[in-house]
Amino acid sequence: MMLAEKQTMDLIYQRPESLSDAITHYCPGCTHGIAHRLVAEVIDEMGLREKTIGVAPVGCSVFAYNYFNTDYVEAAHGRAPAMATGIKRVLPDRTVYTYQGDGDLASIGMAEIMHVAARGENITVIFINNAIYGMTGGQMAPTTLPGMRTTSSPNGRDVELSGYPIRMSEMLATMDGAGYIVRRSLHNPANIRKAKKAIRLAFETQEHGLGFSMVELLSSCPTNWKVTPNEALTFIADHMVPVFPLDDFKVHPAIANLKV
Amino acid sequence: MAKQLLKGNEAFAEAAIRAGCEGFFGYPITPSTEFLEHMAKRMPELGRAFVQAESEVAAINMVYGAVCTGKRAMTASSSPGISLMMEGISYIAGTEVPAVIVNVMRGGPGLGNIAPSQGDYYQMVKGGGHGDYFPIVLAPASVQEAIDQIGLAFDLADKYRSVVHVIVDGNIGQMMEPAELPPMRPLPKDVPEWAVNGAKGRAARSLSSIYIDPKDEEVTNIRLVRRWMEIEKNEVRYTEYFLDDAEIAVIGFGTAGRVASSAINQAREEGIKVGLFRPITLAPFPKKQIEDLSKHVKSILVVEMNSGMMLDDIQSIVQGRVPVEFFGRMGGVTPFPDEILDEIRRVNTNEAVINGQVRAEWLDRLEKLIEEGK
Amino acid sequence: MTQEYSIIISGFGGQGTLFAGQLLAYAAMDNGYQVTWIPSYGPEMRGGTAHCTTIISNSIIGSPVTRSPYAVIGLNLPSVDKYEKVIPAGGILIANQSLMNRELVRSDIKGVLIPANEIAEQLGNKQMTNMVTVGALLAHLPVLSVEALEQALKDHLPPRKQQWLPANVDAMRKGFEFAQEAVAA
Repeated sequence: MMLAEKQTMDLIYQRPESLSDAITHYCPGCTHGIAHRLVAEVIDEMGLREKTIGVAPVGCSVFAYNYFNTDYVEAAHGRAPAMATGIKRVLPDRTVYTYQGDGDLASIGMAEIMHVAARGENITVIFINNAIYGMTGGQMAPTTLPGMRTTSSPNGRDVELSGYPIRMSEMLATMDGAGYIVRRSLHNPANIRKAKKAIRLAFETQEHGLGFSMVELLSSCPTNWKVTPNEALTFIADHMVPVFPLDDFKVHPAIANLKV
Repeated sequence: MAKQLLKGNEAFAEAAIRAGCEGFFGYPITPSTEFLEHMAKRMPELGRAFVQAESEVAAINMVYGAVCTGKRAMTASSSPGISLMMEGISYIAGTEVPAVIVNVMRGGPGLGNIAPSQGDYYQMVKGGGHGDYFPIVLAPASVQEAIDQIGLAFDLADKYRSVVHVIVDGNIGQMMEPAELPPMRPLPKDVPEWAVNGAKGRAARSLSSIYIDPKDEEVTNIRLVRRWMEIEKNEVRYTEYFLDDAEIAVIGFGTAGRVASSAINQAREEGIKVGLFRPITLAPFPKKQIEDLSKHVKSILVVEMNSGMMLDDIQSIVQGRVPVEFFGRMGGVTPFPDEILDEIRRVNTNEAVINGQVRAEWLDRLEKLIEEGK
Repeated sequence: MTQEYSIIISGFGGQGTLFAGQLLAYAAMDNGYQVTWIPSYGPEMRGGTAHCTTIISNSIIGSPVTRSPYAVIGLNLPSVDKYEKVIPAGGILIANQSLMNRELVRSDIKGVLIPANEIAEQLGNKQMTNMVTVGALLAHLPVLSVEALEQALKDHLPPRKQQWLPANVDAMRKGFEFAQEAVAA
């Protein structure tokens, strides 16, 4: 007689409740999906889903509102921080965050992002920096690396003609209104873990009322960089990190001491 | 409540507060700045939101965010600032959320000047932002009317989920008149069923103006046009003055309309049968009423503080039934009653004719007036 | 019968032109008249000329501005130069002689040359120049009394300025007396 084997199954991985089950339109190898998931996991873990309002940008993540299972609005190009300000000011007890790319945040939305930080608006910004305009098909972004080829810098970004990449985190960290400003990368699992912790601390900054918080995430765009997904991840490590160092640029003391 | 001597801009701002405005977002610009200053003082006192934004671009997008939560919010600006807001206004219209925008108009184009003007008629009445949408446009002519219409503007915005512009020129913004403020309305407890305020105990919602499939956008456009037709049916507003036996109808809105009423008083003393039709809603425009008017008068004189923008609308309604004459001052110049009186006399004595030269002939007369130092 | 009085008060910025016009408007409102008050506004107010138009009427007011004001207080020479020629016959011109180097030209209007700065200084407060001229205006304006203006001051002067009430009233009375004597003379 055989003993019946006791069988158990542990659930070790599932879709966070804060993500919808929509299939995303993102290209293979794009790191937007990872960033979405990290944000959703953090919202779930902090129990914020039913009080969160996200603000989507214009750019590849224009449809972010379809992919998150939270309330969402869709802003005009670059204006997400202004829209988030309007929401947060009339509903100060809600969790409000924007999700913006580099063209949206660092080019057309430069004024809005600087002033939202200067005012110390108690919102969180997830800043996806992939050094290119993705949605419009691979034009030069304010964060495009010197020498990098894009459809609008076909011979490589010539700094004599089009200047230098902008380091947003470093600039925003000078703002007294900012509580948490860090840069992370999504090019390998170790960095993805660090990115998630940073996203958690950014939302904690907001929940503790410590001012403006932003996590800049170095991300890949294999389609417009015209490389394979793996090559894209290597490109981040080899070429983007030297220009955009991964660091904590400003961390409120209350957050530095927080155990999560 | 007794009448107080109230400055236009401050009175509108206070009226907005009493109508339940919970968020004001603006940027200083003459001649509307007192609006912002009043809000800066009052909104924090009441625990409501006030932000002096970094630009008009940011200000209108803050309004956009605030109204998406179902709260009443607004901004006030003047012509160049309104131009900057047009992007956000189009998004608000496309998202079908209610918003109230006050434009205290000044002379232009460009930087122009800060003097009173009605030169934004086309921009405000015909849309101004990109895409197919129809804003409601109210044009009060006194401090009291402006107070009353701010409350109306919020109600119409909510009722039709529409952009509502309240346009005045610098005269009405800067003027003091005895007026009565309405009582403070209690803030609504209910949140509209479309509002985005955190998906507590319900499915998540999103608000957006994007319809990537043209067929979906078209369905939205149809909804917006149908809603507009409903607005045209229900919301036309205007006033009439001495029109019962009038042979000449003067048509003017806002300050131009009230200046014309002074001229009409004097013309009546001279025995000229003239009256005033003053549209209060420029959109929806009182088409039917003006069409009827054109069947009862011998001629129409349109008076504006611009180059004859409403004139075009009136001509298309009157369709040559009677002559439509025009007098306007531009660039921030407010006409004096005697100028309009001279125009009424002219229309009364020289039988007005239809010759397709209305604008050219007006310009000739205007240049002569300017030469005379007027 | 419509009775409408348009009053322009014009002077340098800082001479209290806008307040004087508002005070007339308050008094008119409190005494049951229709009224409008409209200032010149913007950069021209700062250091340059400032003027405002107050219209008092027994019926609804159309235009808040006028080309030919019934009454003018000219607090400086440029204002007197500008408006003396546009006042209709029978109208009023109160001209601040202290800042002028000429006589009045028109004889078909009620013209009062008044050394308003000196009168205010004699009363011990140069800031009251505007009120001296308002008093002079009241001596000839068919509507509003000195008492009505005094009441308006009491009712509408902000609390932090109430201490200046007696000085304002004194200045107004002095201006009123001067203007009455000027016509009698």
